[in-house]
Amino acid sequence: MSETNSTPVLFTRAGIAAGALRTLPVATGGLAFGVFYGFLAGQNGLTLLETALMSAWVFAGASQFLSVELWGDPLPVGALIATVLVINARHILMGATLGPWLKHIPPWKAYGSLYFMTDESWGLSVADIRNGGRDAAFLLGSGLTLFLFWNTGTILGRIFGEMLPDLNRYGIDFLGTAFFVALLAGFWRGRGDLIPWIVAAAVALVMERYVPGTWYILGGALAGSLVGALRHVR
Amino acid sequence: MFGEYQGVAVIALMGLATYATRAGGFWLIQRMRPSRFLEVWLGQIPGAVFAALCAPLVLNSGPAGWIAGLLTLAVARLSGNFLAAMATGVAAIALLRLM
Repeated sequence: MSETNSTPVLFTRAGIAAGALRTLPVATGGLAFGVFYGFLAGQNGLTLLETALMSAWVFAGASQFLSVELWGDPLPVGALIATVLVINARHILMGATLGPWLKHIPPWKAYGSLYFMTDESWGLSVADIRNGGRDAAFLLGSGLTLFLFWNTGTILGRIFGEMLPDLNRYGIDFLGTAFFVALLAGFWRGRGDLIPWIVAAAVALVMERYVPGTWYILGGALAGSLVGALRHVR
Repeated sequence: MFGEYQGVAVIALMGLATYATRAGGFWLIQRMRPSRFLEVWLGQIPGAVFAALCAPLVLNSGPAGWIAGLLTLAVARLSGNFLAAMATGVAAIALLRLM
């Protein structure tokens, strides 16, 4: 990977701006999802404080949607925390791949930036690393942009949710899927990726059907990436 | 049971658990020297994560979603334009649902 690149890793305002700019299109989708999340949270009995706090402090869409579904009286405390841990376990693999940037900057900047790491900002950052990007602040700029849009959407959705028209008819619900498919296309490096990706997709599809929760992302990713690594190293 | 701030307390714990997953990977990778295999493996992860994420996401969105997903993939590959690919996917599913 870019480990052999001798250009020093920077952490600049320009990097924050570059990350923010690159993230704006998907952040718009994040705003729409944030509105939807806020609306759903209100429907499931979360107060405005709880709804807003979850977006600011947990800041992980998939786990927030599921938590809101599990929300009730009495609160299933153990299930809520376990679910969040399981869904977000993928972050462990993701954070490790950002080493080429983060190990060259002060720890407080690295661990501060990681607070804002999401699927989207991580995906864009890994793509930037792969393209030779050497400004680690890209991750923070991307994450902060998503944070701002997600939290704004959350509060708007919680307060004004009841007045929303049905946006799904206009395909807005597909924005997330389209985003991840477009991102996937960007990771294609050649025919060597075909078999690992098919393995990842197949394992994910089987697990999604038969294993409760969202282990399927972790399971598919591990299976596919291990197959790819074994084929590559041998 | 724990008063009116039980929800806030649970959210605080959920946030701690989530941050542990965000910081944990980088923390671990600094404490062990990555082998050649580990480096190759980490390089394979991003594509595999999104393949695993996208497969059920697209498949579960029905025939309109399958077509829109394929169109998104095609535009992303051919044009390299992220925004155009996303716009194509959303426009395609909106049109297909009208039909």
